[in-house]
Amino acid sequence: MVTQITSFGRSGLYDWMMQRVSAVVLSLYTVFIIGYLLLNPDLTYDQWSALFEATWMRIFSLMVLLSIGMHSWIGLWSISTDYIKATGARFFFQSLCGLVMFVYIVWGVQVLWGL
Amino acid sequence: MLVSIYRYNPEKDDAPYMQDYDIELPAGKDLMVLDVLNLLKAQDPSISYRRSCREGVCGSDGMNMSGKNGLACITPVSEAVKKGKLVLRPLPGLPVVRDLVVDMGQFYKQYEKIRPFLINDAPAPAIERLQSPEEREKLDGLYECILCACCSTACPSFWWNPDKFVGPSGLLQAYRFLADSRDTATQERLSDLDDPFSVFRCHGIMNCVNVCPKGLNPTKAIGNIRTMLLQRAT
Repeated sequence: MVTQITSFGRSGLYDWMMQRVSAVVLSLYTVFIIGYLLLNPDLTYDQWSALFEATWMRIFSLMVLLSIGMHSWIGLWSISTDYIKATGARFFFQSLCGLVMFVYIVWGVQVLWGL
Repeated sequence: MLVSIYRYNPEKDDAPYMQDYDIELPAGKDLMVLDVLNLLKAQDPSISYRRSCREGVCGSDGMNMSGKNGLACITPVSEAVKKGKLVLRPLPGLPVVRDLVVDMGQFYKQYEKIRPFLINDAPAPAIERLQSPEEREKLDGLYECILCACCSTACPSFWWNPDKFVGPSGLLQAYRFLADSRDTATQERLSDLDDPFSVFRCHGIMNCVNVCPKGLNPTKAIGNIRTMLLQRAT
């Protein structure tokens, strides 16, 4: 019934589903990293570096990066539509969030893949 | 007992204020909040509030009693008093007409949006549209809503977006018609709700469940609407 929408997927269901799926990915990654650190108390640089060299870890990490981007965009979009009532300010905030999300993803890929 | 009432008469007052009344309650009886208001009204006829059936059926006297929304007529004073004081305010989030009387226009507009009536294009049968007892059972916990607005005005999502978010009360009714075996507009109804505001602005904090004077569960109904949308889309 609200037809003009600038949210992530432009559909309530899609946003809601992505929010939940990305939350699961983020929690799995968190549990994995904490578990890995606990199981390897004498972690060396080589071991840590080898972990992030592995293809499956790169896929997992990229998935997490994209999930952070999506999750935060959907969340912050919701917050801005709740609390920022002035259209100009809201648009500016949403654009800024979009930009920051994009920067973090590109930067994160660079860091994780050692490009 | 000390009763503090939200007073605002737009014709006379620049701003709303709280007025304190000291009232002697009959001993040995636990009055309802509405009875206290009636006693006060006899003292000060300028106090305004809505009431009608005085037994929790009409939904007119929804108000905020010491911080919690409810119907004044079925809320015992002993339950509503906090620290020896009864604080009465209008339902939060809706424009105040006067004292405890709010403008329910926005609330009704959302109710109207979900088309709260049976839609069935098939020609009406001679006697009635039959339903099995199991199909009828699905409407229990949905049809009992009296539209008192206690739930929607306890919902922060409704406070921030009363024009876009349908609110717990409207969504409970939306599901009441989605779940009705006699209704044939299920797909159109679902399409109308699939935007980021109408249903999905609900974050499941369950304030609505906490205050509903009829003990209904709008959060569960909203969850069911989500499931229906998900089943349709995947």
